[in-house]
Amino acid sequence: MTVLVLAEHNGKTLNPSVLHAVTAAKQLGEVHVLLAGSDIGALAAQAAQIEGVAKVLAADAAHYAENLAEEIAPLLASLAGAYRHLLAAANVYGKNIMPRVAALLDSQQVSDVVEIINENTFVRPIYAGNVFITVSSQDPHLVLTVRSSSFDKASASGGNAQIDSVTATAPQNLSRFVSRKLTESDRPDLTQARVVVSGGRGLGSAEQFDALLTPLADALGAAIGASRAAVDAEYAPNDYQVGQTGKIVAPELYVAVGISGAIQHIAGMQDSKVVVAINKDPDAPIFNVADFGLVGDLFDVVPKLTAALQVNA
Amino acid sequence: MKALVAVKRVVDYNVKVRVKADGSDVDIGNVKMSMNPFDEIAVEEAVRLKEAGKVSEVVAVSIGGKKAEDTLRTALAMGADRAVHIETESSVEPLAVAKLLKKIAEREEAQLLLLGKQAIDDDANQTAQMLAALMNAPQATFAGKIEVNGGEVLVTREIDGGEETLAFRLPVVVSADLRLNEPRFVKLPSLMQAKKKPLEKHTVEELGVDISPRLAVAKYAEPKPRQAGIKVADVDELLAKLKEAKAI
Repeated sequence: MTVLVLAEHNGKTLNPSVLHAVTAAKQLGEVHVLLAGSDIGALAAQAAQIEGVAKVLAADAAHYAENLAEEIAPLLASLAGAYRHLLAAANVYGKNIMPRVAALLDSQQVSDVVEIINENTFVRPIYAGNVFITVSSQDPHLVLTVRSSSFDKASASGGNAQIDSVTATAPQNLSRFVSRKLTESDRPDLTQARVVVSGGRGLGSAEQFDALLTPLADALGAAIGASRAAVDAEYAPNDYQVGQTGKIVAPELYVAVGISGAIQHIAGMQDSKVVVAINKDPDAPIFNVADFGLVGDLFDVVPKLTAALQVNA
Repeated sequence: MKALVAVKRVVDYNVKVRVKADGSDVDIGNVKMSMNPFDEIAVEEAVRLKEAGKVSEVVAVSIGGKKAEDTLRTALAMGADRAVHIETESSVEPLAVAKLLKKIAEREEAQLLLLGKQAIDDDANQTAQMLAALMNAPQATFAGKIEVNGGEVLVTREIDGGEETLAFRLPVVVSADLRLNEPRFVKLPSLMQAKKKPLEKHTVEELGVDISPRLAVAKYAEPKPRQAGIKVADVDELLAKLKEAKAI
């Protein structure tokens, strides 16, 4: 059986989530990757290098340039005939497009798959990760989104896939791109980082959030995350949010600073390898999931920790 | 233009759900239920657009057992004008919900369809996208800001790495993200008034939609609990432990 993976890209590079999705897809059969965009020759070449990819389908048309679901979903549906499984990473890109594809194919999507049992059976979290449900489907087409942190990255090199161009679907013109504003950051991507330092309401202000967490993150080579409380209080931008409704991360080391540990936040980081919590409240629920907890004033502890790491570096 | 808002009755977000001992289901017999938090945001936005004169009428829809009526009354108390209850005791998957909502949207000739981005029970994040696909309408998912501008709706979406603004033709399906607004608190007099607002009932059969589940549930399980950790006394001990664990 062959599996079609929808590849996210920004016009220049493939999103690292594609590598995780390819690993998941390999468990289901021969992997084909679909690239939709405008002027995607170089991207198709990148995708062809991914280890384990047998074929790259390149759909090159101006109306695919801005990743609009209304344009890309019909393309995927038009190619579905040859595939039982259609798959994408469960990030904003995949979550936006894949359910639209599923409905076009009259298929009940399985979202955020964390384990593939067999070609029909999958495990996924519900209730903010408090319950894992095993479901199976006999739908002729199975549309899946997969959680990146549950599948290792496929190697970005070593593959030698054939590149085929595919016919573009007609423009739908239901939506139109206006503008995009990306948060500027030279830090590692939150969902891919080996270390994540996250701040909560305990930091007190946007200035203190920056002043305390930036040097700590620098010392650890970490990405910066935040709890919903910190994002709502505008200490950090929305896309820093870790949790049920934000990003799901599973780094080697997760440092929670001034975060109480609501179930919605835990849902986004409970698969981290080592969790450190720094909080002044000894009863904060975050300590129930922390491997190493330090009860203390973060304004005292964090600078000391940063200084000690800088000395060691 | 008329707005249709879909609301779901779910286990309250503060409740930590448990799995029944035999793994056959989740145990939600006696837990507190509430309107899905993202749906509250969707209702709030519809009501604000009505208050701003952009929307003429707000119709709230819910699919579920008898008690879904409580959720609809909450939406009415927040400012929705009318409610539609599609009564069924079966659990309904997102694809079936989208098919049912499409029927109601067509009957009502709604131009703006507002949903939450996901329900906090099944965490599927599918219904809005599926509804848009079935209606061949555009979809404005993860909306952080909505502007109605003549025959177009401008939506700023929360995306990985920042935000983007797109323009959509009507009718449009919008899914609300957390930052869209702060839902209003329902006061007692509005709850009393809501009891007088119209609430019509439909059955799944009457709408002619097949809601038989596509996914068979093999089991429910709780995640393996993390091993209990230790508390360290100071930064030096923390660093020593992290080195020991090869985390730094």
